[in-house]
Amino acid sequence: MIQAAKHEKVLVRVRINGKLYAEEVEPRRLLSDFLREDCGLTGTHVGCEHGVCGACTVRVNGAAVRSCLMFAVQAADAEITTVEGLSLHGSRHPLQDALSECHGLQCGFCTPGILMSAAEFLEEHQDPTTEQIEEMLSGHLCRCTGYKGIVEAIAKVAKEQKDR
Amino acid sequence: MKPASFNYYRPSTLEETLQLLLDCGDEGKLIAGGQSLIPILNMRLSSLEHVIDINGLRELDFIRLEEGILKIGGLCRQRSLEKSPTVKEVAPLLSEAVPFIGHVQTRNRGTVGGSLVHADPTAEIPLSLLALDATAIIQSAEETREVPVQDFFITYLTTDIAPTEMLTEIQIPVDTLPKGYAFVEFSRRHGDFALVAAACLLDTDEDGTITAGRLAIGGVDAVPMIAQEAMDVLLGEKLTDALLEEAGQIAAENTDPEGDLHASREYRLHLAKVFTKRAIRKAYERSLQKLGGGTQP
Ligand SMILES: Cc1cc2nc3c(=O)[nH]c(=O)nc-3n(C[C@@H](O)[C@H](O)[C@H](O)COP(=O)(O)OP(=O)(O)OC[C@H]3O[C@@H](n4cnc5c(N)ncnc54)[C@H](O)[C@@H]3O)c2cc1C
Ligand code: FES
Ligand code: FES
Repeated sequence: MIQAAKHEKVLVRVRINGKLYAEEVEPRRLLSDFLREDCGLTGTHVGCEHGVCGACTVRVNGAAVRSCLMFAVQAADAEITTVEGLSLHGSRHPLQDALSECHGLQCGFCTPGILMSAAEFLEEHQDPTTEQIEEMLSGHLCRCTGYKGIVEAIAKVAKEQKDR
Repeated sequence: MKPASFNYYRPSTLEETLQLLLDCGDEGKLIAGGQSLIPILNMRLSSLEHVIDINGLRELDFIRLEEGILKIGGLCRQRSLEKSPTVKEVAPLLSEAVPFIGHVQTRNRGTVGGSLVHADPTAEIPLSLLALDATAIIQSAEETREVPVQDFFITYLTTDIAPTEMLTEIQIPVDTLPKGYAFVEFSRRHGDFALVAAACLLDTDEDGTITAGRLAIGGVDAVPMIAQEAMDVLLGEKLTDALLEEAGQIAAENTDPEGDLHASREYRLHLAKVFTKRAIRKAYERSLQKLGGGTQP
């Protein structure tokens, strides 16, 4: 059993984007704050902190989840991918290029979360319909683009994947 | 928006968990998917003394079909339920309901047990389990109880479960389930909580006469409710437009919704009628299709 009293810090070891991090945090530390403030990975954005906006979405053991609705201690020993992990070896992820080409971002605040959800989505859907893309995107708020460019970008990458 | 400090425990067995619940008494709180609890903590609508994290209890994350009973572990993720071929085959009502819950990203963590115990009056899982006549298995260090979901809801966000107890399993007898089914709901935006939702199960004989069924409505009272009177009107009859209208009317008249920021009382009453009718019609059509040997839509 893992146990920690109020204000007592626990050592959390996690692998993020392939790199091992070990930080001491209180149990109440949200995973989103852990990533940004303890690990310095500020690509993960924080908007609403109650699960609605999707800006903080990261992948935990492959699944796209809200990092504002998890405590860092709960991620102990997990494999996490954040937006920084999408272009690890210097080249951009196809979704990143497609968002840029299709005007799928303006201010970019929502983009990291959308990228993480879309990456999981494309692994699970070989030939998605527009409706399926929109349903997945319902978990993300974008106040700039009107979503059209984002849907196009995801559809574009899906098509490229299929044609390959 | 940061949660207040709490004492944290992450047990690795059910036995340890139940003992902790007993030791913490009124001040202990389980955390499962955290998709309802953490927003409450983040906004400091509540603060907790002891948080007991059950995510280490892998043994409670299962979906099994045993002797005509579909068994779902308390920690089963909503996303697993949604993707399960077994569930789609034996209780398709659930497969139809789950995609309405929040978003993929919240269903990846949110659990079936957490949703049932949280008991939001419009939540999809409580409503579906009520329609499916499921039973909740509730355990404490001292005893194990079986509570029919029909008796489980007390009032808004309150269920028949003590602070020292936890929900470990949900059981649905699937052999006798009617073949026609439908889950429909209305919400303002995709992924929002429903304003009104309805679930219907129906069986018909060869000439389309309704022989059995259950109808449940959510969002029209403090707890999801069974619309028995509306169902009684349908039994022994073939579905006509007039009969459908009557059933919808009776269902709506028997509800007592409150108006709030999201919808007025009148609007909810209207929705209750419209969505009851939609659920009945869809379940009826599917039931006929099953009889005709057709594939399900
Ligand atoms: C953006 C967003 C949209 C949402 N939309 C919907 C929606 O449309 N429909 C809907 O139904 N829900 C919705 N939800 C809530 C849903 O996602 C939650 O998963 C669900 O209500 C609670 O399940 P959980 O596993 O997350 O439980 P938690 O948040 O961990 O716990 C909820 C409560 O249940 C108790 N509990 C949990 N597990 C057990 C157990 N095994 N035994 C006893 N007590 C237990 C906890 O102590 C707590 O009181 C939404 C959430 C978010 C963030
Ligand atoms: S910050 Fe997590 S969903 Fe908005
Ligand atoms: S690009 Fe600005 S919020 Fe989406």
